[in-house]
Amino acid sequence: MYSQGLIGADNRTEETPEFLARFQKRIDAEEKIEPKDEMPEGYRRTLVRQIGQHAHSEIVGMLPEGNWITRAPSLRRKAALLAKVQDEGGHGLYLYSAAETLGVSREEMTEELLSGKAKYSSIFNYPTLSWADMGTIGWLVDGAAIMNQIPLCRCSFGPYARAMIRVCKEESFHQRQGYEIVMTLAQGTPEQKVMAQDSLNRWWWPSLMMFGPHDADSQHSDQSMAWKIKRFTNDELRQKFIDATVPQAEYLGLTIPDPDLTWNEEKGGYDHGPIDWDEFWRVVKGHGPMAKDRIKARKKAWDDGAWVREAALAHAEKRRARKIAAE
Amino acid sequence: MAVFDALLELADDHLILGHRLSEWCGHAPMLEEDLAMPNMGLDLIGTARTLYDHAGKLEGKGRSEDDLAYLRGEREYRNCLLVERPNEDFAHTMLRQFYFAAFMRPYWLAALNSTDEVVRGVAGKAEKEMAYHIRHAGEWVIRLGDGTEESAARIRDAVEALHIYVDELFDSSDAAQEAEAAGLLPVRADLRATWDRTVAEVFAEALLEQPTAAYAQRGGRQGIHNETLGHLLAEMQVVHRAHPGARW
Ligand SMILES: [Fe+2]
Ligand SMILES: [Fe+2]
Repeated sequence: MYSQGLIGADNRTEETPEFLARFQKRIDAEEKIEPKDEMPEGYRRTLVRQIGQHAHSEIVGMLPEGNWITRAPSLRRKAALLAKVQDEGGHGLYLYSAAETLGVSREEMTEELLSGKAKYSSIFNYPTLSWADMGTIGWLVDGAAIMNQIPLCRCSFGPYARAMIRVCKEESFHQRQGYEIVMTLAQGTPEQKVMAQDSLNRWWWPSLMMFGPHDADSQHSDQSMAWKIKRFTNDELRQKFIDATVPQAEYLGLTIPDPDLTWNEEKGGYDHGPIDWDEFWRVVKGHGPMAKDRIKARKKAWDDGAWVREAALAHAEKRRARKIAAE
Repeated sequence: MAVFDALLELADDHLILGHRLSEWCGHAPMLEEDLAMPNMGLDLIGTARTLYDHAGKLEGKGRSEDDLAYLRGEREYRNCLLVERPNEDFAHTMLRQFYFAAFMRPYWLAALNSTDEVVRGVAGKAEKEMAYHIRHAGEWVIRLGDGTEESAARIRDAVEALHIYVDELFDSSDAAQEAEAAGLLPVRADLRATWDRTVAEVFAEALLEQPTAAYAQRGGRQGIHNETLGHLLAEMQVVHRAHPGARW
């Protein structure tokens, strides 16, 4: 995972019209912007925030799935889940590196996450309550991530685009793996089938919220689109996701928990019922059922690990000093 | 059946240690370790799976890797006590890993000559993995031992706590002795000198004293475990056991 429709970005710029026009010309010519290139401050700031949120989402996203590694019901699933969660950590690492090219360190970004200043995808503030959630998260959450991230492979900022190409390959593997877990349950015992449906019921709406607010309420979209950081609007991506996912659920014999879901022949896509945006904003602001626990877990890992990081630094310093002394 | 029992002991060692490492996932001291520990855990779980599968086939009662992993209780588990020790802190975890890998690397190297084709196959892969585990965990032992005052104290505590479980690594149960006599598995006692050398080298660089254990704690091979293993198994097996016969 996991980029969300950007939360609370501020795209104001103060550069001269000539500078901005020159920059826009490069963007329009589909040139990639590299870290050393001149860029409007707003462009830089938007990217730092977006890549940071994305990186944090990968890292916090390790927790809900990590919650089931020790209880995975077969050794094959245990290994696959462990590898999946490890991949998400790897995504976090590439993304922090991409953000670092813009002049913010991983430590700074981590501190912003732990202090609650930086946001991450609201989806991870929901609890994983059954093994089926490991399937549903792969299927829906990684699936939604792919919808968001495939266009980011063409993002105007080079390091982000390149990181996304690597990440997307793994996300589509996760999505297939998740779908396969859900399929096994849907074709399993009556209890397993109930588990699968319950899981879809809980994750469907939060997955739709991952694409961010409706276009009409998303004030920062236009500038990001013009800068080609973003290529599709939140609603466009959400629509693509719904249209791709509904037939998959039908194939499994599971029911999407939206009584208003209907095929709209005219637009060639599904219409869906209203999304509970109050819940979305509540969760984004850290009032989700798991928000406190997630940050607490990250903070504990960070604080408990401080002595290890200090030891590594101290040892490297001693080594360097000994090397100099020997020369 | 001696070969079956001996393979099971080996598989249990790998699964339990792999499970312990997986408990860290998402909670490591740094992102790099959030990648490295699952990596090592995956190596161990992979080896365990091949060994369970092979043991089950040799037994001939149709037991699968999952039957063996999920449907035995703590008295039936045959892992050595070292691998079931709780993670405690990063120092304990890395030292436990280092001790185990320093044993398993020469074990798998010797097992390259096994009379059993599957064991030879496992050995070829696992010997390289264990070389990496020795390097990774060994480097941490050195960094912690020769790092800060706190890290040095913590790694000393880990040595104090874990060293009593070392001798059991070199014991061969009756089943293992039979498999060793048949040339199927390496003789455990023969690996002591190599282990001592590996540990001595790293400890010297880590400024740690060469440890001596006041006594040796044994029991895992007879299914006499620490209390902690039952909890590990309860967690590991809960979903599988709640749905008898289900496919996952
Ligand atoms: Fe990811
Ligand atoms: Fe993923």
